[in-house]
Formats: sequence, structure tokens, C-alpha cells
Amino acid sequence: MKWQTVIGLEIHAQLATKSKIFSGSSTLYGGAPNTQACAVDLGLPGVLPVINEQVISMAIKFGLAIGAEIPEKSIFARKNYFYPDLPKGYQISQFELPIVANGQIEIETEERKSKVIKITRAHLEEDAGKSIHGEFGNNTAIDLNRAGNPLLEIVSEPDMNNAKEAISYLKKIHSLVQYLEICDGNMQEGSFRCDANVSVRHIDEKELGTRTEIKNLNSFKFIESAINYEVSRQIDSIESGKRITQETRLYDPNKNETRPMRSKEEANDYRYFPDPDLLPIFISDEMKIKIKKQIPELPDEKRARFIKELGLSEYDSINLTINPDIAYYFEETLKITDDPKICANWIMGDLSAALNKENKNLKNNPVSSKMLGEMINLIKNNTISGKIAKIVFEAMWNGEGNAKEIIKDKNLQQVTDSKEIEKFVDEAINENKTQVDQYKKSTDEKKQKLISFFVGQIMKKSKGKANPSQVNQLLKNKLDD
Amino acid sequence: MHQSTLTELSSALELKKISSEELTRMYIERCKKHNNSLNCFITISEESAIHKAKIADKKRASGDCTPLTGIPIAQKDIFCVNEIKTTCGSKMLSNFIAPYDATLVKRMDENGFIMLGKTNMDEFAMGSSNETSFFGPVKNPWNVSCVPGGSSGGSASAVAARLCPAATGTDTGGSIRQPASFCGITGLKPTYGRVSRYGMIAFASSLDQGGPMTQTAEDAALIMNVISGFDKHDSTSVDKKIEDYTKSLNNSIKGLKIGLPKQYFEENLNSEVADITEASIKELEKLGAKCIDVDLPNTELSIPAYYVVAPAECSSNLSRYDGVRFGHRCDNPKDLIDLYSRSRQEGFGKEVKRRIMIGTYVLSAGYYDAYYLKAQKVRQIISDDFKKVFKNVDILASPTTTGTAFQLNEKLNDPISMYLSDIYTVSANLAGLPAISIPSGFIDALPVGMQLIGNYFQESLLMNVAHQYQKVTDWHQKIPSGYQ
Repeated sequence: MKWQTVIGLEIHAQLATKSKIFSGSSTLYGGAPNTQACAVDLGLPGVLPVINEQVISMAIKFGLAIGAEIPEKSIFARKNYFYPDLPKGYQISQFELPIVANGQIEIETEERKSKVIKITRAHLEEDAGKSIHGEFGNNTAIDLNRAGNPLLEIVSEPDMNNAKEAISYLKKIHSLVQYLEICDGNMQEGSFRCDANVSVRHIDEKELGTRTEIKNLNSFKFIESAINYEVSRQIDSIESGKRITQETRLYDPNKNETRPMRSKEEANDYRYFPDPDLLPIFISDEMKIKIKKQIPELPDEKRARFIKELGLSEYDSINLTINPDIAYYFEETLKITDDPKICANWIMGDLSAALNKENKNLKNNPVSSKMLGEMINLIKNNTISGKIAKIVFEAMWNGEGNAKEIIKDKNLQQVTDSKEIEKFVDEAINENKTQVDQYKKSTDEKKQKLISFFVGQIMKKSKGKANPSQVNQLLKNKLDD
Repeated sequence: MHQSTLTELSSALELKKISSEELTRMYIERCKKHNNSLNCFITISEESAIHKAKIADKKRASGDCTPLTGIPIAQKDIFCVNEIKTTCGSKMLSNFIAPYDATLVKRMDENGFIMLGKTNMDEFAMGSSNETSFFGPVKNPWNVSCVPGGSSGGSASAVAARLCPAATGTDTGGSIRQPASFCGITGLKPTYGRVSRYGMIAFASSLDQGGPMTQTAEDAALIMNVISGFDKHDSTSVDKKIEDYTKSLNNSIKGLKIGLPKQYFEENLNSEVADITEASIKELEKLGAKCIDVDLPNTELSIPAYYVVAPAECSSNLSRYDGVRFGHRCDNPKDLIDLYSRSRQEGFGKEVKRRIMIGTYVLSAGYYDAYYLKAQKVRQIISDDFKKVFKNVDILASPTTTGTAFQLNEKLNDPISMYLSDIYTVSANLAGLPAISIPSGFIDALPVGMQLIGNYFQESLLMNVAHQYQKVTDWHQKIPSGYQ
């Protein structure tokens, strides 16, 4: 039996504002519990919400970037349900008339084909607080610092057919919201999280199968595993004659499985109605035009430009545009030096490795784009070799100064004086007579190996500083003589 | 001195005939003396009032003052006052000390008013008789076996008995005007959005509006000058320039066109109230106003629409009282559901529960369109009716209520009949229009009120007409016996 998987995603992107969506409290992550919750966030009697205008522009920016409709009028609604970390007993969200409707985005499938994923809507809402279990005996504690953080909920159509497509879509949105500077994309801190609606059906069936919703997935890896687990669970279930229950399931990354959280029968009737405390939002064409102008070059355009104008490979271009920080770093480096390929190699190679190793990012990176660019220039003008550059880079990473200073301090300048190089070459030849004899009798292929041997010897003597092309040239001349 | 209006007190203070401290002590004594019988205060804040009065006297002496500095008033216990118990008439909030001032309170405080205490009210402002208060019913000083009206019954009773020269109220379906009428005082419900709702505990957010309850229209204007205007903490407050409401009080009303809505003089109306209202309208005609009959054909739909919209909003607004963060919490909850259900079961009274049930029902999946959406459409139709009428007239005049204050317990167990007592007042809330009730006569020693409804932001015209009427009548000067 052939099965088709159907996936729709709901992404919650926390909008990168300093204050909350309906109050002046800070949205900064990691504060001591309940230190960032004012009377409005606590839902005290008599308080009223006031919209943070910034979130409206951010939502519009997102809508314009996915070619969506931005209706002239949009309204807030109350979603009513009781939960201890929901102070008012309702969440202010949008139901009818969301701020963004009918957008789309193009993704690349595993077969490297392009595919359009439709985005039904994106709406503004406030986040809830956090319930903390287990730290206070049998009691549950509430932290309302997160309550009222601004969220943009991005709802896709069920257009994805496997976990890889879902990840591709997520990464695309993840990259987009960072380029638009509306979300920091930090998944560990929960600034970008998603719920997945998953169902399966026979390949020739028209109706969608019964879906389950997997809640609160906060890493690409977990999302992929959770979807894959859920798909095989559903298929196994149906093949063994059972029916799928429409329910919400929670993914457990430790056991790599999903477990039921609540079923539809127990689900809330949210009793949505327009929030009488907030006026409708009216969006003018002028406002849209103004916001459209603020949209920077987006990853797809940037990637195409890197290929076309800089001659980079598609692979390099994708990696250099994956988030705005890396693209910006690359472009800044290119302002100092002019070799895109060497820049790309250093950024994706040594720099990325160092960042990963020390769990740093481009914002707290000790090697600025200027420092890297200058170092690359020193490679290009033969002050140092590529090999020595690795030593220089490590020293820059450790805060020992810029490339010039390090080269001077550590005396790493390349030896380009041909007499000095000749001395190293002669020594190497004199000390390795056997290899010289072998060389003279060898085939071209064998000769190349022996050349490498001699170069190694010479580099050892010069402590890596001899100019490699000069060494090669001199060596060949002497050996072939 | 306790019979004085705000205007008179202002000049007495200005002329140093009395100090704010003396005045405040005098009113505090009156409150303490009469509160046992009238029950119009939930909290008398003697200490803070006297402390503030002393400061007011210093400010007066140094010239750092407004004409209102040092005048005592009372606040309905629906307004949050920093560090003072704010109960909203409910057991649910009987232990709630507000950590902040409502905008209205802050503005009155900044203008020098001294708060004597917090007045009793129907629980969460739900009621028309003040009998739903957790703190017991308020009595009408004109006849203590009668209700003072509600929900701002404590304020109305206190002003009528001159326990304070003026007070604040809130009006969701008539809660300022109906008790003003029952107690023989002046009560203004401003245009929706004219007075900030921030810090005023919400009942039905799209209908609630705070306003003054005073002896005269002139006093209402003085308070309106302080409390009205845009507030950045309330998105529904309107950013429109505030006028000096006292300036137009003495304008002539010659040529004023008054509409008399036919539907407000039909069936339910007590004939004596009808006679008194007609006599009052004659007084206005003597002043040069012209009256014409007008049609508000959908008036009978106002009560049903109101009793869908208001409970719907209240069911959501009152969800925050869950026993988790503040307010009443049941003892030893065995789990979360038990905490919610017992805290709410114990904390809310019968009428509040009834409205939460109605509201939850009308918003439920499958019923929303039939009730909530339809009620909103009716609301639009009612607003349109007013719009049409205001093309031809300047204001509308009618009785405020169908009859005078009823007996305590008379309607307590008959909610429908209780709800119908708001028939002439709810339409102004549904449409968001300003309306005032002023004393216009007596039936069997109980006051009757006349209602004037204005077009949007026409508060100044309403107070102008009311003031002109009060210049030629003395109903508003009558004080119940025992309180003179």
C-alpha cells in the first residue's frame, strides 16, 4: 500500500520588539521570574491593553515579503480558556480578519525541485506565561515574564508531503523573518517554534486523513524526527486496522516518540469574539508602500546575485545567505578584500568551525569582518601563505591582535627573498641525496610525489614561511638541472 | 455647610470660610453616622482623607491649587485606588488592595479632590437595585425601605443624603442615570470614549462609561472638566479636545429642538411619571425650546440586545477572577479544576453567575451567530435610529425610568422585571451616546428623574439644558428629611 503524508505547520515567531504587545514590560529573555510583568500582564482588575504599534509594521513587512494580502481592516479577538499561566482567562489573538492573508513561499524539495507552499494567514497574538512543575514540591509555579510577548502565528496550508519539505519550509521562514529583522530566530529561547499538523492517506485517496497536532517543537532536528515518528505511527496504526484519533500530541525527544496530550473531545470551545478593548487596525496603502521600502534584499535574491555577480557556486551561495548575519559578514569582508571565493572558504571553513566549537555566533565573534578581510589581503599579496594564515587566524580568534600585528609578533612573514629560499632548497637537496637520485630516474607521477617530499622538508626548515610557489619553482629548476 | 454644591464649596474654601480639613472631618462624621442605616459606603478612608485634606490646605495657602483643591468626594468602588481596598461589591475582591490608580481617580486626585471613601454598588455593577452587593443592599435616603437603584446606588444614596457633595458612578445600561433618578440627584453618562476606562473594573467593555453623580448640572460640568479626555492607557478613549464644560452652561436654549421619542412614553410608563415628565418638558418649552415627537422604532429590541452583548463581554471580563493570582481563593483546592470552580462558586453572587452563564452560552460554538452577532446587528440598527433622529433634533427628552424607586426585595427574584427597569436607559449605552438624568419632581415623596440624551460628544449641550432647567426649578435642591 502506498501512503501519502500531508503536513501543515503553524509557526510562532516572537516579534523582536523591546516591549510587549499590549504593555510596556520588557520582552528580554531570561529575567528572574515575574520581574517583567506589570499590572496589564498580570491581568489585574481594570487594566486595558494598548497595542504596540511596532508589531503591526512587523506583521505587514512579513505579509509583503510573502506576497500576501494585507486587508485594509484587521481586528483582535479574545480566545477564551482557563489556564493558570493565562492571566486574563483569555488570550488576545486574531480570528476573523487577520492582519496577513493568502501568501506563499517557494521551497526546494529533496529532488531539488521548486515547490510552492501556500500560507493561509499570519496573525498577531500575545504569548502566555509559563507553568513550572516539579520545582516546588507538589505545587505549580507561574512565571509571567513571557505573558504578553508579541507573536506572529504563521499558518501554512497542508502543502508539505514529507518531513524534509516541512524542514525546508521552516528554514525558509526562519531565514526570512531574520532578514526582515522581525524575529531573532532563537529556537532554544523559544523565539521561533512550531506545531505540526500531520496526517496520512492512501496515495489515490482525495479526502485528507484524520490529523494529529504535534505541539511545541523547538529544533529542526526534533521537528523532523517527530514528523517521521508520527507518520510511521499513523501508517502502522491504520495498517493494523485502527483508526487515527484527532488529538494533540507531545513529542518526547528523549524517547523519540509522540504521546497524546488531549483529544478533540476534551478540546475547548474558545468562544472567540472581537475584543472590545481594542479598536480595529486600519492599514493604508501609504503605510504598505512605506513598509515595503524597508524590506531588504531577501535570501533568494541575494543567493542569485552571489552566483551571478560574484561567480560563487550554488552551494557556497546557499550557505552564505542562510541567515542575514552570515551574509552581512561576508559582504562586509568583501569590502576589505576582493576575492569572493577565498572569503567564502574562510567564512564557511575556519570561522564557522571556530564558532561552532565555542558555541559562538557572528554577533559575539572575536574576528571581525575587517580583520578577516585584512588577513585575506595578506595571503593574496604573499605576505603569508594559506597555511600560515591558519596560525594567524587562530591567534586573531584568541584576541592576540590583528593579522599584521600577529605576523610581526610571531615573525610569520613569508620568506620571499630568493637567496634565502635557495639556501633552504640547497640544504634539502644536500641532505637527501637518495631521494634526488630516485627523482632523476622517476616517471612524472613519481616525481610529483618526491617534489612534495622536498617541499615538506623546505617548509620545515623555513618554519612554513617560505613562499610556496617560489619554493616549487626553485626546487624544480635544481632537480631537473 | 453639608448642603453645599461643589461650586459653593469651592468658593467657601477660596474665601477661607472653612478649611479642607474641617470640611473633610465634617463629611467623614456624616458618613460614619449615616452609613449604618444607608450602607452606601464599603470603605470610609478617614485617615488618608484627612491626611490629604491637610496637604490641600497647605496647597491652598501657598497658592499651588485648583478651584477644586480640598473638596471631598466619593468614588464608586469599581475604580481602582492605589493601596485602597477595591471590591467592586464582590466577595471575589473583598480582599483586593489595588496597586494602582484608575485614570479617573488619578485625574481627580491631581486636581485636588479628596476621596472620602468607596461607595457600595451592585456586584461587578450588575444590577439595578444595589441588592446584589456582597456588602449588603444600599438604602434610599428618601425612603429606607426602597432601593436606591443601581448599580451606582451607593454613590446616589450618599449624594442624596449629602454624605458627600458629589461622587462618581459608572453606567453600562443605566447605572448612573437610574439611581440618580431614584435618589433625586443629577447623573451624567458621557459619550462612550469620553472618560477613560483604565482602572475602572470592567463589566461590559463596549458599554461601560464612568461619569459624575452630583447635586447639579453645574457640578457635573466641574467634574467632567477633570475626568474627561484622551488616555493613552485606554485605546477606546477618544482623542478629541476637551471643552470647558462650564462655559456653555448659561447659553440660552431658545430655539433648541427637543425630540420626544414616542416609544419612551408608552405602555410600561407609570402615568404619574408621564405627567411629571410632560410638566418638565413644558418648563423647557417656556425657556424657548421646541418639542417634536420622534420615532425610535427599535426601542423594544434594546433590552434583549443588551442582555446578550453585556453578559457576553462580562463572561470574558470576569474570567480573570480564577483564584490564581488575586482575589478570593477557596480553601484546600484538591486540583486545578477544583480551585477554579470552588473559588468562583464561592466568590461570585447569584446575579453575576447568571450573567456569566448567559454570556458563555451566547458566545458558544453554534450559538454565536444566532445571539451575539444578531445582537450586534440590532445594536447597529438602534444606533442608526438615533443618527436619523439627530438629523432633526438637538436632544431627546424622556423619563429616566418607568417608575420611582421600588421596594427592597420587590424585584430581586424576578430578573426579567429588574432588567426591564433599564428600558429607557440602555439604548444610549448601546449607541454610545451621552445622557443625563436630572430631578424633575416627586411621587409620594420619591424622586422622579428626567433623561436628556444628546448626540455624540454633546455633553456640554446636555449640561447646558439641565442647568437652565435647574435655574427655574428646585427639585434638585430637595434633601430627604433626616439629612438636611
